[in-house]
Amino acid sequence: MVSTTSRPKIAVWKFASCDGCQLSLLDCEDELLAVADRVQIAYFLEATRATIDGPYDLSIVEGSITTEHDAERIKTIRALSRHLITIGACATAGGVQALRNYSDIDDYLGIVYATPAYISTLATSTPISAHVQVDFELRGCPIDKHQLLEVLTAFLGQRRPNIAGHSVCVECKLRGNVCVLVAGGTPCLGPITHAGCGALCPTYARGCYGCFGPAEDPNPASLSAQLDRLGVDRVDLIRMLRTFNTGAEPFRAESQRLMTEASSP
Amino acid sequence: MTASLVLTAAAQGVDELIAALARRGYCVVGPRLRDGAMVLEELQGAASLPVGWTDEQEAATYRVHRRDDRALFAYAVGPQSPRRYLSPPRKTLWSALRIEGGFQFEGEADEPPPYAFVGVKACELAAIAVQDKVLRDGPYPDPSYVRARQQAFFVGVNCGSPAATCFCTSMGTGPAVEAGHDLAITELLTAGAHELLVEIGSDRGGEVMAEVQSTVSWRPATDGDREAKHQIVAESAVRMTRRLEPTVARDVLIANLEHPRWDDVATRCLSCTNCTLVCPTCFCSAVEDVSSLDGDRAERVQRWDSCFTLGHSTLHGAGSVRGDTRSRYRQWLTHKLSTWWDQFGVSGCVGCGRCIAWCPAGIDLTEEVAAIAREKEQ
Ligand code: SF4
Ligand code: SF4
Ligand code: SF4
Ligand code: SF4
Repeated sequence: MVSTTSRPKIAVWKFASCDGCQLSLLDCEDELLAVADRVQIAYFLEATRATIDGPYDLSIVEGSITTEHDAERIKTIRALSRHLITIGACATAGGVQALRNYSDIDDYLGIVYATPAYISTLATSTPISAHVQVDFELRGCPIDKHQLLEVLTAFLGQRRPNIAGHSVCVECKLRGNVCVLVAGGTPCLGPITHAGCGALCPTYARGCYGCFGPAEDPNPASLSAQLDRLGVDRVDLIRMLRTFNTGAEPFRAESQRLMTEASSP
Repeated sequence: MTASLVLTAAAQGVDELIAALARRGYCVVGPRLRDGAMVLEELQGAASLPVGWTDEQEAATYRVHRRDDRALFAYAVGPQSPRRYLSPPRKTLWSALRIEGGFQFEGEADEPPPYAFVGVKACELAAIAVQDKVLRDGPYPDPSYVRARQQAFFVGVNCGSPAATCFCTSMGTGPAVEAGHDLAITELLTAGAHELLVEIGSDRGGEVMAEVQSTVSWRPATDGDREAKHQIVAESAVRMTRRLEPTVARDVLIANLEHPRWDDVATRCLSCTNCTLVCPTCFCSAVEDVSSLDGDRAERVQRWDSCFTLGHSTLHGAGSVRGDTRSRYRQWLTHKLSTWWDQFGVSGCVGCGRCIAWCPAGIDLTEEVAAIAREKEQ
């Protein structure tokens, strides 16, 4: 255990994101109340405006880096934090906003904002790990509450979190689901996607959308070939890979490969 | 000759059989149609079975279809096997509670009910015999498996409907039920009649049947019934086109560990684990320690694992010793078909074909073995 006399100070930080992952943390309030006397929530604007200055024992970071200002801010936070973990697809892979990485940012700015000149932004959306050292990345869009509790419990108990990197198929089979890909011909990203959701979509007869990003040693090209045999067209296949985790390398590289293949005769 | 009889109304016979088993305290489990596949779940009566349904299987494909009759057992094995019940996907091995001055320990949390499996194919019974060698008869028996196994009751079915993925004939594990059953059923379905030939395989099987016979109509089995059964399984055997020679596979794989085919299959394999998790003989599990946020409760949980996960081969401080898919696929196939013999004296494959049908990439082990055998290194 982390010493109970010195209650570890925890801070929660937001970067470019939708706040969904912080909501998962708020959703842990019953569990967190039970340990309120053992931890100190020093900075969590989503929950309280009261703040305590650093340094912090644990910083939990949501969101991606999309501005110069944030690229500097994350360095300051890292310097103030003994441990830093990132939560969610934005923080671990750049989020859906990493779609900007494929286009010219000025094209977007002109469409979205009346006066683009007022906007100061980077050309890319990148994960926190592209900027500072990260001690643990918790995947998901959004993250799973139970996994978050496991990470916090492991931190407090000073042990390694039980967060497996294998495919969603493992969770699917453990639950006793019938595979939607094999039994229904439904496109599913489960075989290349990191577990964590408990195979939520296949449990409700949908294919996996890849919310938890690439599994530990994925083979996206083989899955593309199989989905192609099932009749999924090239454009849809690229779109499947280009969602919340589009910036994660195996998904990015495969979608790029498919783009190149599609444009060459 | 085994004692045998014929229940002259098949559905009613199964109803009474399930009722008799339930009265004896069994949780009766058998095939049910759910989400487009025959899964193994609790049965209430014959109507719970996929009555009038069949399946069609190929590599990476499984579909169910309606038949134009009321057949009860006219399909091959589905994605699940009794392994799910005898050695469940997750179980809590023990838990500990912090008390003053120490910890209080508790053993395995839930004791499952005794199971009676209805509609068990020969390959399935063969797979259970293989798991017995691993989980019961070896130097480290798994106590909860041993208990569940000892209590379990098996109503076998002689297979009249193999899928295109099946190859039990070549493995010597089917399609006729020959061992491991308490009762063996053959569904006799003709234009005019729908009967069940029942052969008694154990004393308790005989007791259950005596009870069933007192409530439904039956007649003694004739030579004609036994001939009909032989014909059904003989036709099934002929219909199986996939093959694997167990001893040839054993010798060829282990002698070809650097064969280029392993690189080839690695480009197709997703390392998704599906083959191992549908296989009725695979037994690997991982053990995880789970604690409560306040640190006052801890549990040790065992869950199914697979040699396709990195965690399975991760050594402390060294990472995974099977870091690429080539070595993981090779582990699966050589363990199943070669080194299993060294460990347990049999093949780890019974030819059920599940790993072929449920592989999302459509990898077929019989084809992989054949490819390696065709162009041997040595
Ligand atoms: S439904 Fe998807 S996640 Fe589940 S086993 Fe099939 S491919 Fe894997
Ligand atoms: S290896 Fe495949 S065919 Fe053989 S028993 Fe396992 S799942 Fe069935
Ligand atoms: S094939 Fe793999 S998962 Fe199956 S028993 Fe062998 S090592 Fe375990
Ligand atoms: S052989 Fe098929 S089912 Fe097995 S891990 Fe590879 S892709 Fe998955």
